[in-house]
Amino acid sequence: MREIDVAEITQALEKLFIDANRNLSDEVRDALGSAIDREESPVGKEVLRELIGNADIARDEGIPICQDTGLAVTFLEIGQDVHIAGGSLDDAVAEGVRRAYKNGFLRKSCCDPFSRKNTGDNTPPIVHEKIVPGDRIKITVFPKGGGSENYSAVRMLVPSEGKAGVKDFVLEMVAKGGPNPCPPIIVGVGIGGNFETSALLSKEALMVPPGERNQDQEIAAFEMELLEEINRLGIGPQGYGGTVTALDVHVLVMPCHIASLPVAVNIQCHVHRIKKAVL
Amino acid sequence: MEIKRIATPLTLDVIEGLHAGEKVFLSGFIYTARDSAHKRMIETLKRGEKLPFDIVDQVIYYCGPSPAAPGRVIGACGPTTSSRMDAYAPILLSLGLKGMIGKGKRSAAVKDAMRQYKAVYLGATGGAGALLSRSVISAETVAYEDLGPEAIVRLGVKEMPLFVINDVYGNDLYDAGASQYKR
Repeated sequence: MREIDVAEITQALEKLFIDANRNLSDEVRDALGSAIDREESPVGKEVLRELIGNADIARDEGIPICQDTGLAVTFLEIGQDVHIAGGSLDDAVAEGVRRAYKNGFLRKSCCDPFSRKNTGDNTPPIVHEKIVPGDRIKITVFPKGGGSENYSAVRMLVPSEGKAGVKDFVLEMVAKGGPNPCPPIIVGVGIGGNFETSALLSKEALMVPPGERNQDQEIAAFEMELLEEINRLGIGPQGYGGTVTALDVHVLVMPCHIASLPVAVNIQCHVHRIKKAVL
Repeated sequence: MEIKRIATPLTLDVIEGLHAGEKVFLSGFIYTARDSAHKRMIETLKRGEKLPFDIVDQVIYYCGPSPAAPGRVIGACGPTTSSRMDAYAPILLSLGLKGMIGKGKRSAAVKDAMRQYKAVYLGATGGAGALLSRSVISAETVAYEDLGPEAIVRLGVKEMPLFVINDVYGNDLYDAGASQYKR
């Protein structure tokens, strides 16, 4: 049994959310850079150059990459041999978020669904916990903007619709979003499980590093097929027209009910902010 | 890309010189307003009261910036999705608003109003909030301070990088661009 104090968790969360919002990862920056070569539209190329310049300014000046610093999505993989000491885990995570958004000058974007009153400190965070073997806690933060999340959806397909049905659904969602989710986008597709697990799976699909393919050859080929077809839609960077609408597509699959084919599509903007730490 | 330099107030001769697909650098003053500020402005008009600023020949920027760190004018300040303001835009255009800055497609009603009242829609690059903050040289809250990031702020801007999306000739960069590159 290893003891981890809640204060350590709070500290880690504060640091991670500030870091994620200011420093675009090299993988995403490189993906934007190589997209300039593939993009045929001069306006599209210009937009991509702006995005790389933007990431560099954010890093050098210590300001957020985008003013939508997101809802504070947090994944915790908690080792089963860890004892969390000194207080409540939920409170510790919320406090880390509160401090990050205050001390990092990040925008508080969390409000009541009807009155629209801002909660004032970007809490509550959205926390997903998993118990895993080991004596460590792995923290992944994924601040998620509203513009891209708004074009995400879950649909229960009829099993006979198969891959063609999944493809139609993905293309429908990307076309529907058009310029609004800030292309070039990254698309996470969760297939299988049930209603709620497909949605979570689609978010986990977004957490696969850009350029990495599913281990299953058939699914990997499906990812490439989806990417190609999305990029044939012509939406392009910022929707101004072009050949790079998506930087990547990731598909994760799990078994489902014999009567169902759940599919979730989670859309992510080019400000793809994921940071990790292990305690 | 060739860049056209323009300044506020957006007079008719400036607007008529803009065409969809052009890149422009905008200087002068613009006003931030997003969801809640628009809702309030329309309620104000419905009560027969005056708007908190004179919108004739002015530009509204659909933006809710992140807070300014000490010593900075503003935080990251990229655009938000414009379509949420579509319900309110035609009324403001009828009162003399000449420019809107945001991201994403506008409704047919807004595009009709832009043609009728001779106004333009300019695109700021979504997610380029740090880059856009560099062109902001002053920021002064003029109304609705209680709305926090949704308050109306008068921004002094210098060479703010934008693209013309809808011009007064009925052209739309989104439609033209997507149909040109669709395979």
